[in-house]
Amino acid sequence: MKKIFIVLILIFISTKLVAAANTKDEILKNLRCLVCQGQTISDSNSDFANIIRSVVDDKIQEGLTEKEIYKFLSEKYGDWILFNPPLKNYSYILWFLPYVLFVLGGAILYLMIKKTLIEKK
Amino acid sequence: MKKIHLITTFAFLIFIFTTLYLSLNNRKIYNTKDIIGQKIDTVELTLFDNSKTFNTKEISNYKFTLFNFWASWCAPCRKEHKNLIKLSKNKNLKIIGVNFKDNKTQAKEFLQEMGDPFFILISDPKGKQSVNFGIYGIPETILVNEDLTILKKYIGPLDLKDVKEIKKIIKQ
Amino acid sequence: MLSNLGIISSSISLLASLLLIYLSFVELKVSGDKIQKKIYKFSSVQLIFSLLSFLVLLIGYIFSDFSMINVYENSHTEKPLLYKISGTWGNHEGSLLLWINILVLFSFLFLFLNKNKNKNFKIFTLIFQNLLISIFFIFLLTNSNPFSPVFPIPGEGLGLNPILQDPALAIHPPLLYVGFVGSSIYFSAALAALISKVEAKSLATTLKPWISISWFFQTTGILVGSIWAYYELGWGGYWFWDPVENSSLMPWFLMTALLHSVLVLERRIGLYSWVIILSILTFTMSVVGTFLVRSGILNSVHTFANDPSRGLFILTFLILMVFSSIFIFFKYTPSEKKNYKIFSKEFFILINNWFMVFFLAVVLIGTLYPVFLDTLIGEKISVGPPYYNFVLAPFLIPLLFLMTSGPKHKWISSETKIFFDIILFLSVFLFLIIFFIIKENNLLINLILLFSIYLIIQNIFDFYENLKNRNINLSRIISHFGFGLLIFFISVNHIFSVESNFNVRVGEKKDIKNYIIKFENLETSSGNNYKSVVGYFEIFNKKKLIKENLEPEIRVYNQPKTITYEASINSNLFSDTYLTMSNISDSDIFNIKFQKKPFMNFIWLSVLLISLGGILNFFKRKKEI
Repeated sequence: MKKIFIVLILIFISTKLVAAANTKDEILKNLRCLVCQGQTISDSNSDFANIIRSVVDDKIQEGLTEKEIYKFLSEKYGDWILFNPPLKNYSYILWFLPYVLFVLGGAILYLMIKKTLIEKK
Repeated sequence: MKKIHLITTFAFLIFIFTTLYLSLNNRKIYNTKDIIGQKIDTVELTLFDNSKTFNTKEISNYKFTLFNFWASWCAPCRKEHKNLIKLSKNKNLKIIGVNFKDNKTQAKEFLQEMGDPFFILISDPKGKQSVNFGIYGIPETILVNEDLTILKKYIGPLDLKDVKEIKKIIKQ
Repeated sequence: MLSNLGIISSSISLLASLLLIYLSFVELKVSGDKIQKKIYKFSSVQLIFSLLSFLVLLIGYIFSDFSMINVYENSHTEKPLLYKISGTWGNHEGSLLLWINILVLFSFLFLFLNKNKNKNFKIFTLIFQNLLISIFFIFLLTNSNPFSPVFPIPGEGLGLNPILQDPALAIHPPLLYVGFVGSSIYFSAALAALISKVEAKSLATTLKPWISISWFFQTTGILVGSIWAYYELGWGGYWFWDPVENSSLMPWFLMTALLHSVLVLERRIGLYSWVIILSILTFTMSVVGTFLVRSGILNSVHTFANDPSRGLFILTFLILMVFSSIFIFFKYTPSEKKNYKIFSKEFFILINNWFMVFFLAVVLIGTLYPVFLDTLIGEKISVGPPYYNFVLAPFLIPLLFLMTSGPKHKWISSETKIFFDIILFLSVFLFLIIFFIIKENNLLINLILLFSIYLIIQNIFDFYENLKNRNINLSRIISHFGFGLLIFFISVNHIFSVESNFNVRVGEKKDIKNYIIKFENLETSSGNNYKSVVGYFEIFNKKKLIKENLEPEIRVYNQPKTITYEASINSNLFSDTYLTMSNISDSDIFNIKFQKKPFMNFIWLSVLLISLGGILNFFKRKKEI
């Protein structure tokens, strides 16, 4: 059991350490092309995507961070443009429900093997 | 126990299905017309006629300003142009045209043919300036007050209903 | 002519389904354990006429019979034969007919091939399956009739979207349909098993081959879809976490869960109700996926022609299906109180199911949340790859670990194995070597690499063991090995991918990392049904001193009028060079997307290995029966 816990702790530490996307292309990949069908700005060949690409280029030149660029664009176009929904009052459920369900599943599993665990002790 | 399971499952599913049913009739293509209420950015814009610039701060001198994003190649822009001319006669309102990714000669021809409603004409040959206003296709029109706050956004050509609405707002 | 023939034959098939339901109810009252010949006959009639109606549509497409509105709207005389054929199921109506044919085929095969002794079980399965068939036939004939005539008969068709004219996409829908429509048979069988009180082992042996075969097709279907996206959409990606892709993945998670839990059921250790729930859920998720795709409530890269009445029909069907399944489940489910021993094989299978259901939940939440938020409070957000990667990727580590250690444990016994063994040692060693080569400093990716190596090596050892004594489950080894490779290569691909977006004019050069990209020339050319601009590029690898020539295209098709951006891909064993080009309007500047994608072929191969395990599992079953 201990080993499982160690693994679980490792996972959660590692989540925090996921390196932030800093290259231009990673930023472009997280933006939705508003005039396309669900494509990212990076993938789209539309005029709009071309403009946003050069604007992001400029903003990086100006020294804006990834987050500031997202903020700039979402103020203008809404959160719809971000493929990575920011943590806000209406997206708490989106971000936390999966973990709640995972723990719930674990609890059910625990109930199923509880008896043998008690016997073992 | 079984009953509680049954009831919760049913309640949950009814919620899911009702929402899905509602979503069937809720299908709209995304647009940004509800993104209003915030101030426009302070940016330097290049004038159409010469290389001088216009700072958006100067808008605070006018009671109401209407930004219109247009191009000579855009057919709906042609359609809405007469409505802009109508609005340009209003004293409370200054119309700033932003010529979006256009050929200058063609743009001039367009204004000569259709009339020039613009108080100031801005040139945005690469379309980058328009991003500061949240433009993603033209024509788009933005109504701004003296605090630089966006009051209204119109995606697509202005129609008579929109003209009426704008007139009503600027009367106040 | 064809139009009438199609309508008549599908009506006869519908009639046969209704008669089968009636005869089956009569049959329930007849004693004896042999099913009457009549039922077999009607099932054959149903299959023959349903296949005939499909054949009629196929002929309509092959010979471009524009008297049928469906052919007129989706075909063109100049289209290559392969795409005329695939055009049959490349549209809503035709694919619905394919869907029904698979339902009918599985109903027929189940009736004829299944060796289960319980007569009532077979009859009830037939009833449920034919209820599904009848409802879909009614949907086809009333709402989405592929045989609707058009008058006057047009001289030429409207054509098929050029990006759909691709060999991978021609076979993608049939594969996927056999996969998730095939799951209908264990949906029907699960409900039938509850009512006719089938015993655990017998239920498991009945379900197993159907689960394996549908899982195999679902896996290959997803693979082919990915390959198509990679080569045809021109973005260099193979998985976008797009709602339509997610719809094919959701049933896959459940099928995978079933594939494992049915093993527990087979040994009478438990999970009877759970297997039933999973069987019901799998087909439900398939229908949910169909609803999401066809109703148009999602914003997806994969556009389908939408019509709200279709969405409403599928939703009504879904509601009826779900509520009646729940009713049957709660009414007939037997109570079982089993204890599962910790660290036994069944314990690890339970954990597998926990993870699979969790993955399903994440994908379902990510897909539906924007729809719900928009409908309920009018807030519009996008949920894309960053969300799924962030939430799911950490869970790959325990999953990989459990896939390695789980199969080493025994059934119904909780002895724990030694944690540190030679295989783990070897894996860590190999990982360290790789670590010093790639110098990746992201902990998460490193852990994923480590555990995927562990899984790969474990399975290589298992394979060696298997060669010595034949007791070990070969299909499991191959699938798990494939999964380990898949995760390994996806991670390495992720680390080493080079991607760059830039603007150039003809004659200019661009330096990107170790590459010099030279835009040499631009020419116009024309093909069969399109005109195109071809860019000639030379890519020079400064490290290896290798030159590559790539020719991306911008095509303007005339039937229907569409612009496509054809990627130019130089695919080598270890790495792909990927180039797309688009013009910036009113200028001589081109936007170029250059990508270097290592190990793409290995990713495809890994998925192929995974699905190979499924087909091995299927044939192994056959031998045992």
